[in-house]
Amino acid sequence: MPIVADNISYAYNVGTSAESVALRGVSFTVERGEWVSVVGHTGSGKSTLAQHLNLLLTPRSGSVSIDGAEAKPGSGESRVARRRVGLVFQYPETQFFAETVRAEIEFAPSNWGVSGGALKACVDEAVSASGLDPALLESNPFALSGGQRRRVAIASVIAMRPDYLVLDEPTAGLDAAGIRELIQFLSGVRDAGLGVVQVTHDLRSALSYSDRILVLENGSRVVSGTPEFVARHIIDNPVRGLVIPPVVRFADALRKKGMNVPLICEVDEMVRAIGIYKERNKKCGS
Amino acid sequence: MFSIRAAAYSYSESGTPALDGVDLEIEQGEWVALVGANGSGKSTLAKICNALLAPTQGTCFVMGLDASDPQNTSAIRQNVALVFQNPEDQIVASIVEEDVAFGPENLGLPPDEIRRRVDRALLLTDLELYRARGSYSLSGGQKQRLALAGALALEPDALLLDESTSMLDPEGRDSFLSCLGELNRRGMTILQITHRMEEAALAGRIVVMESGRVAWDGPPPDFFDGGYLRWSFEEPPEMALHHALLTRGLIPQGTKPGVEDMLEALCL
Repeated sequence: MPIVADNISYAYNVGTSAESVALRGVSFTVERGEWVSVVGHTGSGKSTLAQHLNLLLTPRSGSVSIDGAEAKPGSGESRVARRRVGLVFQYPETQFFAETVRAEIEFAPSNWGVSGGALKACVDEAVSASGLDPALLESNPFALSGGQRRRVAIASVIAMRPDYLVLDEPTAGLDAAGIRELIQFLSGVRDAGLGVVQVTHDLRSALSYSDRILVLENGSRVVSGTPEFVARHIIDNPVRGLVIPPVVRFADALRKKGMNVPLICEVDEMVRAIGIYKERNKKCGS
Repeated sequence: MFSIRAAAYSYSESGTPALDGVDLEIEQGEWVALVGANGSGKSTLAKICNALLAPTQGTCFVMGLDASDPQNTSAIRQNVALVFQNPEDQIVASIVEEDVAFGPENLGLPPDEIRRRVDRALLLTDLELYRARGSYSLSGGQKQRLALAGALALEPDALLLDESTSMLDPEGRDSFLSCLGELNRRGMTILQITHRMEEAALAGRIVVMESGRVAWDGPPPDFFDGGYLRWSFEEPPEMALHHALLTRGLIPQGTKPGVEDMLEALCL
């Protein structure tokens, strides 16, 4: 059962001089157990789309349904939607308010009436899933480093036991090790059956890790599909604000020479293919 | 510009210190990239350079002024602008141009001068088209440029940037970085915290922080000559490819790491 956004449109500041259209008839689907990345230039509508998925915003036209039920604001389903679809904002750690990491993570489930042993289980599970050091549970979240804070923020959403996790630029500000750990974590929750939606401007990581990619430009869908398909499309039809990663351009050049490498591949694969090709046609210096 | 001696800082008495004896001299007009893992003390160091924090031990002098002396705080902040990681932390007004005007207005400048500075800052950050827009209706990357515009309107001598390109798309990042390059050529001192090695490569000097200390300090070519692998920074895949092709003798020594350079050298 998926989240389905059907032909949704949205504008900010409607009816004022500052009115700006953010989404123009975008359709989008994410299944459980699937990792979809939404990429596009700054201002392309990525974050606006993410905020529709848990009904934080409601479309001006079109609809959003979660696991088959149309989600309308104020309805019983909207409460359920908020719980099923965990939204991790850009720089989520700026929303901390509790004095300890534990209280921060307990907040959402206890708001849903979870208490006692069940609450403790929620917290423990979230801490272990997000790779947070349990020794930090009694620490002040504001005293943690950037990478640790990001993990606390994600753990506090995971503690609601959502079916879908929507993250807006989750890697912003993390170091290389932090990004690697986060990607591992997201692959883990995807493999455990959650639907993962990652909003990012980092085409390279989207191509490497997601199952499907949606590309937005000026609020409209440009293309969507597998990383391979999307990379092909962007090479042939450049999209504003997106730059094809150098290694993908390199792989594309090798393919044009007839080498059998996928567009999205590891450095080793390319080097091996070049070695074989060179053996076969000794052009240079021979 | 910045003269930091044996500076230490702890956020709490019991915890591990965020800075643990930093010595650093930065001259006027330098562009320094400050790199290191999360928690290595980069942001704390930037806050000390802006007199937002005072070192618990050691000293920090900014333009010859002791940053620990509260009497110098206002002079330092006027000349050293800090752009935070999260733009939401520093947007104060609801309309873009009013937000940019906030700093100069607080300096008590005449209206003509404020207008000139706002126009210039919006031009440099490519936000002219958005000047009448609501600050909060901007996207993440646009907000990041707005935060930079607010800092530039102070016309500071030095700019401290804490991961200030983290939410920009590649195109936005390129224009942001070329804007920095231009400002640096005109004499602005830049201390830029970044995790992106491609960005660090543009600076004149790289300083690596590790556990609250300066672990390495030198020019980018020396850093990228293998040294950076020691600190487990992410190697951009094109650098890994370059390295692999060189090691296997598929391209001659001296080939540049650009895609076109490598393809040409491969002679396929």
